[in-house]
Amino acid sequence: MEIIPAVTYTYLRSKKKFPNVWCAGCGIGIALGAIIRAIDNLKLDRNDVAMVSGIGCSSRMPVYVDFNTLHTTHGRALAFATGVKLANPKLKVIVITGDGDGLAIGGNHFIHTCRRNIDITTILINNSTYGMTGGQYSPTTPFMKIGTTAPYGNRERDFDICNLAKSAGATFVARGTVYHVTLLEKIVQQAILKKGFSLVEVISHCHTFYGRLNKEGTAVKMMEWQKEHAIPIQAAAKLPPEKLKDKFLIGTLWDVDFPEYCEEYDKVIAQFQVPPEDSEGKK
Amino acid sequence: MKKVIEGSMAVAEAVKVCRPHVISAYPITPQTHIVENLSQFVADGDLKSQFVNVESEFGAASVILGASATGARAYSTTTSQGLLLMTEVLFNIAGLRFPVVITCTNRAVSAPINIWNDQQDVMTIRDSGWILLFAEDNQEAADMHLQAFKIGEHPEIMLPVMVNMDGFILTHAFEPIEFIDQKMADEFLPPYKPELYLTTKNPLTFGILAEPDWYMETRYRLQKAIEASSDMIEEVADQFKKTFGRYQGGLVEKYRLDGAETVIVSMGSVVGTIKEVADELRDKGKKVGVLKIRAFRPFPKEAIYDALKNVKNVIVMEKAISLGATGILYDEIKAALYGKPSQPKISGFIAGLGGRDIPKESIMKVIEKGEAGISDNVFVDLKENLIGGK
Repeated sequence: MEIIPAVTYTYLRSKKKFPNVWCAGCGIGIALGAIIRAIDNLKLDRNDVAMVSGIGCSSRMPVYVDFNTLHTTHGRALAFATGVKLANPKLKVIVITGDGDGLAIGGNHFIHTCRRNIDITTILINNSTYGMTGGQYSPTTPFMKIGTTAPYGNRERDFDICNLAKSAGATFVARGTVYHVTLLEKIVQQAILKKGFSLVEVISHCHTFYGRLNKEGTAVKMMEWQKEHAIPIQAAAKLPPEKLKDKFLIGTLWDVDFPEYCEEYDKVIAQFQVPPEDSEGKK
Repeated sequence: MKKVIEGSMAVAEAVKVCRPHVISAYPITPQTHIVENLSQFVADGDLKSQFVNVESEFGAASVILGASATGARAYSTTTSQGLLLMTEVLFNIAGLRFPVVITCTNRAVSAPINIWNDQQDVMTIRDSGWILLFAEDNQEAADMHLQAFKIGEHPEIMLPVMVNMDGFILTHAFEPIEFIDQKMADEFLPPYKPELYLTTKNPLTFGILAEPDWYMETRYRLQKAIEASSDMIEEVADQFKKTFGRYQGGLVEKYRLDGAETVIVSMGSVVGTIKEVADELRDKGKKVGVLKIRAFRPFPKEAIYDALKNVKNVIVMEKAISLGATGILYDEIKAALYGKPSQPKISGFIAGLGGRDIPKESIMKVIEKGEAGISDNVFVDLKENLIGGK
């Protein structure tokens, strides 16, 4: 059998930046693979891709890939990315964030970037915890689950990320998991193609902290949980409500059209800017 | 009772005996172990306190501001980017004269991102109106928290206090720590009873708009309060010694200054290494001493002049810089000695940024350089190949 080197390797800064920080068994690498393949499938010029992130395990991703990359401050990736996109709308701007970075410290930027419908693709990797700092509970730690700052169970409710994005105004919302990797590749591809703000929530696992604290077993066990609890949205439509209890939907959950912000902005400029020939010597 | 524990645990244990009513927390390396330990104490019922896990450091600082406004004793901890994110609230806390305590586990500031130790974070908020204390080791860091609440809550002071301890070097180091007995702590630090606080029985307004006709006076009074805290810091250190038998200095600590010709001035954990170097040089007959700055705000200019007036060479070594100017401690020490009858030679060195190790050999070299002439803004142990050199 002929061995073809995976396309993902050709996009990695493998000589400079490896080994990576992720624990063995982490789902973020799987998500990275899916994102790279999606970009490769779309035949995007890698120099036209700008990957922006904040701080956290998932936010380390841009460090390892050969695109234009911007590694910024905690929670602010979407604000930085907005600047990138407005200044250079030709770039395909992809934001990599996590549940802590994107929804806690960066929650305000999250809702407003959704609302603004700027053409940014956001991949939010949800592992239900602050992994990098050692397993504190995050805005997506489920009710009564353990974190190092909630040793007897988290008494706060977790965010429904996809519904939040939809309500805030995102025009494309999808959910995948690191177990359903083919689907993930497909929805990331759709998200990149979408003109407007698109959000992909990637259900992942932190077996090192969250899994250990909550006795959810190995990375493999946690991925099996994803397999057992994810229901494709098409299949869900045919299932009775009791079969959907404790399950979550995967696939494209929301896809609508609304004017994109950069284009709207250009329209304002076009409408009110004095043409160059008129501006010379006619004042 | 002495136990070998992690620096973060030592601080958490010390904060516990201070009995804060409210603790707010947001995770950031290398501070996180402190709040994890505290959250465990609260969850286990060992500490009767409200533990609030917030969505950002901005929230963390805001929560303790609000808590303190109601008359509660409030505590939080952060570092680096987190401290910078708190900046707006830090100025508000000081302006409102709320005596909260924050531990800053000093760490470098982005960009590029770096999670290791230097002191650029705290030096960047030095003008916010907080009392800024620096610990050399974990025992001092732990003890400083009791002193911090006591200093800040004094009716004539009413100021927030930041206890600075070097990230990783102290927070993650295991050292033998003398535990603080709760009864003795209660004796030393009685319950916080502010004169003014938010209550439905006597509604008050805090933080209203101050117009040009009286804003400036609030700043003047803030300045006077920080100045007045100098005596309080000394007094509280003495009281602490009386109660617990330990004394790490008041505003400054003088180490082997008798007849010293060369004195190295520094803050934080590196002082320990510098003391060792001084010991070795003293054994060889060289007259070297160390001046440890425990309180950077209020800036103890009299104590500094008093310690340095008979010295030939003053060498300031610090882990921060005011970019475009000089090392901040260096600058302020020069200012403290300006116009005084005795004028030692003063050199400034920037060392250990972003966790760069400061070994004894480097300190030796710094001393040689400082004794040879005046060095200004010298970066210690730079790698020539990374700055365009050979």
